Amino acid sequence: MPNRREFLNTLMRGGILAALGMLSGALVFRSRDKNSCSYGFDCSRCSKSESCSLPAAIEARQTVWQLDPAKCIQCGRCATNCVMSPSAVKCTHAFAMCGYCDLCGGYFKPGTKALDTAAEHMLCPTNALRRKFIEDPFFEYTIAEELCIGCGKCVKGCSAFGNGSLQLQVHHDRCKNCNECSIARNCPSQAFSRVPANKPSLLKTFGNESPAKVPQKGGVNA
Amino acid sequence: MPKPVCVSPGLTVTPLRKTAGTFMLTASATLLSTMAMAIQRFPKPEFESAYTQPQTQIPLPRGEFLAYLDVFVLFASLCLITWLVLKKRSRFWVFFMSLFSLAYFGFYREGCICSIGAIQNVSLALFDHSFVIPLSVIAFFLLPLVFTLFYGRTFCAGVCPFGAFQDLFAFKPQALGSRLNTVLGIIPYLYLGLAVLFAATGTDFIICRYDPFVGIFRFNASFGMFLFAGILLLSGVFIARPYCRFLCPYGVLLNWTSRFSRKHLSITPKECIQCRLCEHSCPYDAIDVPVTTKSPETRPAMVKKMMMLTILVPFLVLIFGYTGSRLQETFAGVDSRVKLAKEVLALSKMQDAGNKMQDDSYEIKAFKASGKTESQVYSEASAVLKKFYVGGWLFGGFIGLAIALMTGGRMLPVYRTDYVTNKGRCFSCARCTDYCPVKS
Ligand code: SF4
Ligand code: SF4
Ligand code: SF4
Ligand code: SF4
Repeated sequence: MPNRREFLNTLMRGGILAALGMLSGALVFRSRDKNSCSYGFDCSRCSKSESCSLPAAIEARQTVWQLDPAKCIQCGRCATNCVMSPSAVKCTHAFAMCGYCDLCGGYFKPGTKALDTAAEHMLCPTNALRRKFIEDPFFEYTIAEELCIGCGKCVKGCSAFGNGSLQLQVHHDRCKNCNECSIARNCPSQAFSRVPANKPSLLKTFGNESPAKVPQKGGVNA
Repeated sequence: MPKPVCVSPGLTVTPLRKTAGTFMLTASATLLSTMAMAIQRFPKPEFESAYTQPQTQIPLPRGEFLAYLDVFVLFASLCLITWLVLKKRSRFWVFFMSLFSLAYFGFYREGCICSIGAIQNVSLALFDHSFVIPLSVIAFFLLPLVFTLFYGRTFCAGVCPFGAFQDLFAFKPQALGSRLNTVLGIIPYLYLGLAVLFAATGTDFIICRYDPFVGIFRFNASFGMFLFAGILLLSGVFIARPYCRFLCPYGVLLNWTSRFSRKHLSITPKECIQCRLCEHSCPYDAIDVPVTTKSPETRPAMVKKMMMLTILVPFLVLIFGYTGSRLQETFAGVDSRVKLAKEVLALSKMQDAGNKMQDDSYEIKAFKASGKTESQVYSEASAVLKKFYVGGWLFGGFIGLAIALMTGGRMLPVYRTDYVTNKGRCFSCARCTDYCPVKS
């Protein structure tokens, strides 16, 4: 009797082991499956190869969350829905796109007359956006990241009236890389996606310019 | 002109009753708004002073090799805990091992990546081609299962940070009785079924969303989640490891693999001498007491029971499967694609009726900016609904099967002479071994 039971147990164990083996095989090979890309991973033929995450992700096999500024409508949920408070999403300045305007749509509240650094004229609720005179008529805007809460107010102003050089990005020194990003779940424009960990930024640039991203460990906007 | 799309019996979508002209207009308007990002309204400045433009830098993520370090730590911990449980049989060392795991996987790694949540990544990867599942996540899903298949749930004993955390609170465990244990034991099956259903349809990762402990590991949670965690931990003083026993979806898989484990922790190192010292030593009601009175059942009674079971199983599977499929719309209602379709539908109905436009919700604004057509949104939503129809059947059937097997398990006669651990439910915490007077 115990022998028969032992035998059945061994049989079941073998069965489960085989099933687990098959499952892991399927998982490993499935995302490498050529069918998951309509060009069979021949990226030279694909027009989307710049933004596509598949081949790089397959090499790297690790992904992180990032939001696509081109899809973002600055709803403000990035500030409120992150599991971190303040949020891991912060405003990032693509300097290469900036017009260095005196009347900055991201810095000033609409309708502001006096272009000075008085707090009541500022759009940013936390005074995280800093304005510095460079030369007539140019001003440089930088972000004090420790103050930024990712509300996107400046981003909205900048993309509505300016060049769109202020953009929201997930900052991976703060981001916990949640299994499912809790902002992604609530983002109305589905701007969030998993991107390859070795290409973690989706900052936008003007077509012909070199990418405005030099990711650096622990680096901040210099 | 798009054809009417039947999203579901309850949500029939009327065709766009707009002229082609206005449609073109909205299309070009949305085109404009998507391009807004890239408009260069002001030229690049040409500086005369020695100003150099700063470079944009954003922080890099955690190094990739660290993910493989996590896998290594998991593997090493599993080896060590298995040795401590099966060879050392020492509660003392198992306890220290669990403290380490709580510190590493819990507070240092902040509960993410975990084997429990990996269920969802695995389900999504199986059903969604474009989702790339990292090797480390596959390892986190598989390693504990393989270890359990050979050595019992040693993972639960001292590697899982959730288990280790709750174990600290088990001060005054009360026996719940086998009936209550069985009934509450259904909940993990429900949780597992729902988690797989929502992950596979790409709707939500509910295990992560309602994870009670991760907020504590990060010292950062909503009030509701803190409350939930607090209630769980406090009730854990009397009901030891409540999450493990009555919620954990991974526990279902571990339970079933552990039943067929090759070598499992035994209470006594040699032979049970029926001293009854261990009888109440398990905080989790996972010790099966001897049943030596052979049940007086006659053969015909047994045959009758077996026949009842063969009818019961398919009956419950069908009933629950049908119920699951009827819940299709309720389930799909939480999916963002379905929600959007409902909003778009309501909007176009309102426009048709000539009502004044309210302020658009963010979802509608984003929809307008995306350049998608209404029919695209509707067909996406109906595809999701279809998935939930099939998924509802499978989910319901799974629950029916679980209930049928549990009922069946309670009906079958048992006979055992010794005090033994219940291989399915035992967490291999090694408490009972201290109570056994027989030493090897
Ligand atoms: S939630 Fe989405 S749309 Fe809203 S600010 Fe964040 S990325 Fe932009
Ligand atoms: S306005 Fe909001 S997003 Fe912009 S810098 Fe200030 S806090 Fe950050
Ligand atoms: S992954 Fe988590 S920590 Fe990172 S941005 Fe999303 S919610 Fe915040
Ligand atoms: S039952 Fe679940 S939560 Fe508990 S120790 Fe095991 S895997 Fe962890």
